[in-house]
Amino acid sequence: MILSIQNVVKRYDKYTAVDHVSFDVPKGSVFGLLGPNGAGKTSLIRMITTITGPDEGVIYLDGEKLNSRSPEHIGYMPEERGLYKKMKVGEHLLYLAQLKGLSESDARKEIAHWLTKFDIKDWAPKKVEDLSKGMQQKIQFIATIIHKPKLLILDEPFTGLDPINTNLIKDEIRQLNESGISIIFSTHRMEQVEEMCDHIVLINQGRNVLSGKVPEIKNQYKQNLYRVEMDGDLPAGFEEKYEITTREKDAVTVRLADESQSNVLLQFLIGQGLRVRRFEEILPTFNEIFIRRVEETDHA
Amino acid sequence: MSKLTLIVKREYLTRVRKKSFIIGTLLAPLGLLIYMLVIFGLSNYEGGGQIKVAVLDEAGMVKQIPDEKGIHYIPSAGKSLEQLKKEVTAGELNGVLRIPAIKSMQTKDLTVFYYSDDKLAPEKSSAIEKKVSDKIRDFKIDSLHLNRSSLDILDTDVSIDPENINKTGEDESKYTAGVGLAIGGIMAFIMFFMVMMYGQMVMRSVMEEKTNRIVEVMMSSVRPFDLMLGKIIGAGAVGLTQVVCWVILSGAVTIFLPMLLHIDPAQMQPPGGGPAGAGIDPEQAQGTMVRIMAELAKQNWPLIISSFIIFFLGGYFIYSSMFAAIGSAMGDDLGEGQSLVLPVTIPIILAFYITAFVGMRNPDSGLMVFASLFPLFSPIVMPFRMAFSPPWWQVALSLVLVVVTAYFFVWLAGRIYRVGILLYGKKVTLKEIGKWMFYKG
Repeated sequence: MILSIQNVVKRYDKYTAVDHVSFDVPKGSVFGLLGPNGAGKTSLIRMITTITGPDEGVIYLDGEKLNSRSPEHIGYMPEERGLYKKMKVGEHLLYLAQLKGLSESDARKEIAHWLTKFDIKDWAPKKVEDLSKGMQQKIQFIATIIHKPKLLILDEPFTGLDPINTNLIKDEIRQLNESGISIIFSTHRMEQVEEMCDHIVLINQGRNVLSGKVPEIKNQYKQNLYRVEMDGDLPAGFEEKYEITTREKDAVTVRLADESQSNVLLQFLIGQGLRVRRFEEILPTFNEIFIRRVEETDHA
Repeated sequence: MSKLTLIVKREYLTRVRKKSFIIGTLLAPLGLLIYMLVIFGLSNYEGGGQIKVAVLDEAGMVKQIPDEKGIHYIPSAGKSLEQLKKEVTAGELNGVLRIPAIKSMQTKDLTVFYYSDDKLAPEKSSAIEKKVSDKIRDFKIDSLHLNRSSLDILDTDVSIDPENINKTGEDESKYTAGVGLAIGGIMAFIMFFMVMMYGQMVMRSVMEEKTNRIVEVMMSSVRPFDLMLGKIIGAGAVGLTQVVCWVILSGAVTIFLPMLLHIDPAQMQPPGGGPAGAGIDPEQAQGTMVRIMAELAKQNWPLIISSFIIFFLGGYFIYSSMFAAIGSAMGDDLGEGQSLVLPVTIPIILAFYITAFVGMRNPDSGLMVFASLFPLFSPIVMPFRMAFSPPWWQVALSLVLVVVTAYFFVWLAGRIYRVGILLYGKKVTLKEIGKWMFYKG
């Protein structure tokens, strides 16, 4: 485990932002930290990044209780991010890298490496304010990873990026992950979760309401929906036998009692002499799971 | 390098490299230079040009008056007032001065008349009054057959020289108080100005970091307290740099300017030393200058400067930490935060007013003693009193109080800052800020 959160509580005044949350982030994973606005994600991230401390519970980073050296192993790109506008790009990166514990010469080497890699070497003497928003995002990203953290925390990393730069950063995240860096990815863009994450935790009202591996969660939340595309009309008695959830031209989606029934359904259709063009299980999207779980816990 | 050092370095360098800092630092002494040139120019300016005035001396008291201050006096040469008036109308003369006879030697007041359609400039009018008065005095001396040289010995220049009875120390002269007042006043003003300017600079900079969201990035690398302290120290160092530059440059200007213009510094008297024309005896002025210089040399400069620096640092830390705390609680809107800024600026302004209105009249009054010990006032008030050699225990106590208070305020501000800086989109009241002090880390 790169990160282990154990029974963590954070209170502000009378309001409990994080309420006895526990979860583990496996080493080398891309871990989705999900939740609606105000769920307590930021409070949680601030505790992980040692910006604040928990009122109760403990957090372990790579087996070690969080301490004053921990920030050097964490790279954090907050959702609310910014740079010193008047500073030059090169100086700014040097400053942030040194604050993360890099020596000046190491920092300079890393800066040169990343600026070359992103093909933006000539930006170094430019002032931050002279760069476009997307360019500033790139600099911000470099600043986040320049000290080779063990754990990278990205809060909505793609907001404000165009599709080209989004892909560039996505590729970079994948490469970093392949090189062994664990990544916590906080977002409410569910398609990104499905695309990038292998584990998730869903926080609502300060509580852990859902966590686990992405495929397992999808399985757990599937409703045994199957979609059949075919030529010709539905056989007589089909509608009495099966619950149809949606009806399209030449296709229906039906809910089965359990997954063992799928073969039965298929055999029935074939036995009726229908030509089945497509037969597939419909798994819930993360969006649906998210909304369902949030609504359930809101009413609980 | 420690993180705090890195922060201080950045805060210092970005400010010192700013154009506004360089311009401000260079321009202030240049401003002083221009000010001195203007004052010098104005004090030597002869207003209104040359005028011709006929003197109708009805009793023959004044005879010829020498030309002065752009006034050319012409004897009436037997012409009547009416004739002279016509000449004025014709433009041959600017005016006619009619001096009636005095009733007796006992006459103390005399009205003379000036006929003209043009206004007489105040400077010229007082010059005429003085000349006529001098002439009538001469006339009276001659008429009464008095001995002019015995009269001269009647006048004595008196100056008060304070002497100590029990207090040991330097002998004082009448200039001691004046010079002390000047030094103390200048120090109090610099202190007030620097604390206000640099304290508010810290506040704006904290607000800026909060609004452009860099703070969240910074917080994941450094402790909030370090970021705040680094900013305060960095900006304070900029302030000290500026003061040192000003002192050096102003010194250079005051020394080299007179040389440049071939002016005897003794003649450069401050303006407003009496009605124009009240000529200062150059010899006496020279003496004044020498005595002021002697007074300046007599001051315990190492003590004054070192205590100034400690009080400056103390006052600066107290106020800038409060400003930093306020800045962290504020949103993007400066106007909205005014209600938070006011409680911080009031004590500074009060301290300055106490110095200006009470200290200038009586530096050792009870209120001044209190104000020079009270740590929110003392950084401005005590340096002022220092020039009047207050009891050493008061200075020591004041120093201790300032240092302890500064330490406490920085700690307290840190507790407010760490909460405020991460709080967005909420209007904050003083009461809430008070609560933040007791939050756990």
